[in-house]
Amino acid sequence: MRLLYFAWVKEKTGIAAEDVDVPGDVGTVAELIAWLKTRGPEFANAFDRAEVIRAAIDQSHARHDAKIGGAHEIAFFPPVTGG
Amino acid sequence: MIRVQTEDFDIGAEIKALKAERTDIGAIVSFTGTVRDSAGEITEMTLEHYPGMTETELARIEKEAQARWPLQASLIVHRTGTLKPGDNIVLVITASEHRDAAFDAAKLLMDYLKTSAPFWKRETGPAGSNWVEAKSDDDTARRRWSARKDAAE
Repeated sequence: MRLLYFAWVKEKTGIAAEDVDVPGDVGTVAELIAWLKTRGPEFANAFDRAEVIRAAIDQSHARHDAKIGGAHEIAFFPPVTGG
Repeated sequence: MIRVQTEDFDIGAEIKALKAERTDIGAIVSFTGTVRDSAGEITEMTLEHYPGMTETELARIEKEAQARWPLQASLIVHRTGTLKPGDNIVLVITASEHRDAAFDAAKLLMDYLKTSAPFWKRETGPAGSNWVEAKSDDDTARRRWSARKDAAE
């Protein structure tokens, strides 16, 4: 599964994109965030305030309770500030 | 039509292109968002985005406006990259037979764009650099459209 990070989430994780093998018991966006936080201090820091982080599954906005099964690309980012 | 680009845009030229030789349009509304620096705190603004999803979201938003109002044409242009105070950021143009549809559609397009298109602003000034925080006012502005839609249904 491809993971993408944008804005300050990217700055905190230190990477823009990566391919990961997600453990089988990780079924939702919230569970994916919880798993990512165990991957090192930079991830724990990036996802510290998990409730403010937005997610997109295959380039479509997704809630934290959304299922990630079958997803190719999941992105994490702060609330958007365009316009 | 939607476009994401680093280059500036020319509002007059965009309206002219959108109108072309058409005579069925009676109202054209345009909104331009620019880099604001009211207190001398910003020297630069950088806009990051999510290539692919940005275009998908903008197209979805435009479709939403077209489904609600009889629009003859619409255009969303959003810039990315590094901008200076006073520079253009975003352009929305809507065209309809009568003014109400064009005004309302332009407002919805901006309210939706502000809350769902994956762009992020980073401001740099004498005091340093920081990511712009999302405003709850923008969420409120967006919710107004859902409420209206529900009330109409």
